[in-house]
Amino acid sequence: MNSPKPNGNSNANPGPGSGLNRRNFLRGSAVIASGLAALAASLAPLRELEDFGSIDQFLQKYYKELTPEEMAKVLKRIEDEVEREYGLRPHVRDLKPMAGVEYVYALNLTRCIGCRKCVHACVAENNQSRTPEIQYIRVLRLPHGSLDLEKAEHNYSPESVPEKGYFYMPVQCQQCKNPPCVKVCPVHATWQETDGITVIDYNWCIGCRYCEAACPYWARRFNFAKPSIPKERLNPNMSYLGNRPRSRGVMEKCHFCIQRTRAGRYPACLEVCPVGARKFGNVLDPNSEVAYILHNKRVFIQLKEELGTSPRFFYYFDV
Amino acid sequence: MIQPVRNYLTFLARCGRIAFVGDWRYYTWMGALSIICLLGLNAYARQFAHGLITTGMSDEVSWGVYIANFTFLVGVAAAAVMMVIPVYVYDNEELHDLVIFGELLAVAAILMCLAFVTVDLGRPDRFWHLIPGIGQFNFPASMLSWDVIVLNGYLLLNLHICGYLLYSRYMGRKPSKWFYIPFVFIAIFWAVSIHTVTAFLYVGLGGRPFWNSAIVGPRFLASAFTAGPALIILALQIIRRVADYHITDRALLTLRSIVQVSMLINVFLLANEVFKEFYSGNLHVASSKYLFIGLHGRHALVPWIWTAIAFNLTAMVLLVLPVSRSLRWLNVTCALAITGIWIEKGMGLVVPGFIPTPLGEMIEYSPSLNETLICFGIWSFGLLCYTIFLRMAVPILQGRLSGVIGSGFSPAHAKS
Repeated sequence: MNSPKPNGNSNANPGPGSGLNRRNFLRGSAVIASGLAALAASLAPLRELEDFGSIDQFLQKYYKELTPEEMAKVLKRIEDEVEREYGLRPHVRDLKPMAGVEYVYALNLTRCIGCRKCVHACVAENNQSRTPEIQYIRVLRLPHGSLDLEKAEHNYSPESVPEKGYFYMPVQCQQCKNPPCVKVCPVHATWQETDGITVIDYNWCIGCRYCEAACPYWARRFNFAKPSIPKERLNPNMSYLGNRPRSRGVMEKCHFCIQRTRAGRYPACLEVCPVGARKFGNVLDPNSEVAYILHNKRVFIQLKEELGTSPRFFYYFDV
Repeated sequence: MIQPVRNYLTFLARCGRIAFVGDWRYYTWMGALSIICLLGLNAYARQFAHGLITTGMSDEVSWGVYIANFTFLVGVAAAAVMMVIPVYVYDNEELHDLVIFGELLAVAAILMCLAFVTVDLGRPDRFWHLIPGIGQFNFPASMLSWDVIVLNGYLLLNLHICGYLLYSRYMGRKPSKWFYIPFVFIAIFWAVSIHTVTAFLYVGLGGRPFWNSAIVGPRFLASAFTAGPALIILALQIIRRVADYHITDRALLTLRSIVQVSMLINVFLLANEVFKEFYSGNLHVASSKYLFIGLHGRHALVPWIWTAIAFNLTAMVLLVLPVSRSLRWLNVTCALAITGIWIEKGMGLVVPGFIPTPLGEMIEYSPSLNETLICFGIWSFGLLCYTIFLRMAVPILQGRLSGVIGSGFSPAHAKS
């Protein structure tokens, strides 16, 4: 770049006529060779890459574009993959939403005792990673009389629950009618199904974590590392949009136990609750428990209602 | 038909070749940058193999230095426009030839932006899901899809403008106005749009009160139009010294007045934000409290933000005083302004948005060593690109690298 050098100019402009001489050629080759060696050395950690997906995984189409035949193939491939890794053949289904169903969750804050059984039932049911630990439900301990979440204690661990002067509020995906996470996803990897469940295509998510930033309920979880689940703990009843094992680098979250609820069962968190604080059902069915609660309870709240997300998860009280 | 293509390929080949030629200072600089690049690449290979667990990020603070640097660099890219406006709107002759250096800086900054976004992805192998037509592009709902469009569009616009002007100069032709003036004006609006859209990435999130504020967009622009031209002031002086390229002091002082006004607006907007947050005293002030004074015994960012504020205020005072007309003081001022804004707009904007979490938990963030190495690698990559662009552009602008027979470097000239 500097002109004072006597030879700089001719170097700076190797015109069409300037040929390579032997010395330059050798020097150039040495530079290129050492450059390539340095490049190869810097890429060495890639040898530790173990869970790099197959070509089929790489080229897999978007969930909504898969034909039923393609989906059958994909489900079989996932079963093979899981069997290879966990030594157990799962049953992976792609359950579709039922017509005339809109799921709603109602949680009785008067009853909840903060025992966190729901958290662990959820981990077991939904094949969540044990290390690093991923949990869809976070139970907050709040001081009597306040819904200010900044006063919430997340890591309470008393001898026994409930404790005097506190109430407990489990928070999980609120299955919003107007979900900010769906709006912000740049690749449509997360969307709301007709039964109200917001799902994630784990094979489509690019892992930008914009949805995680957008969620006002801190309901989304990211797989910072490859999830690890003890083989003997794997739940083999799986669904594509639900609890099949996830890969590194994608989002996941509560999906109302889609593998159970779309087959007519209750979510795992509800079944395990020792005090019956959790109610779940089809709000479009006037005889359902949740329809009764929403019609007859005097007070129920939607968390952060002022944000306009319109959760399908309601907190109510025994009044 | 064949000849223009051949000319163009020769042009590219000669530009490519010249990037590998220079004096010992050039080789030392490029060698050092390449080494840091490789260290960064090595760190990225580790992240690619093990996942984002190698970073300091968590579910609580899910964006960190990658997105912070990305945000800052979008501003640097947008700021190239602050040289274009005086030249093409107000016919400022002093800056005329320097516009290209600003736009090349924009190209390098956008390349860094794209790199920072890519390393932040959990599944970079699925980037093709973002390509309209092949993938599923959530446009116009997702602000990130807007960002993909405006950033890549801006990259193409600037590549076209720089490439066309340089090639015309190389061929010894007068550039046809129709081929670049319309693009220059599009680029002016586009520059504002890249930074506005990037601000909207944050502003659009109703669940994050720290970002969900209308002033974030204007603040982004004001800080960008401060830090960007400040960076260009420093870059131009380096070019002047190293490349023997004539740049007048008046041109630098023109840029100084841009930095001056932008810095005043920037500090004013910051004061507005601070007042609104703290005076009203509602519960949403938690993130700001964490940033400025610490909250519940956590205050990792407090020393950083006060450093940033001190730098910005000092820079502002220096800019207003005549002392910054001397280049030495101007350089100090620019360095202070760049550092201050980098802290304030990078970590000072991204991280507090996550603390406390929407459920009130206080988890702090600091980047891991691996993450930091990747950042250094990308910055080196950007500097490497910018140096190469300048290595090509300067001889062309000086007429030393030319495709016109009998001018520039004829073999006869080279023999002398």
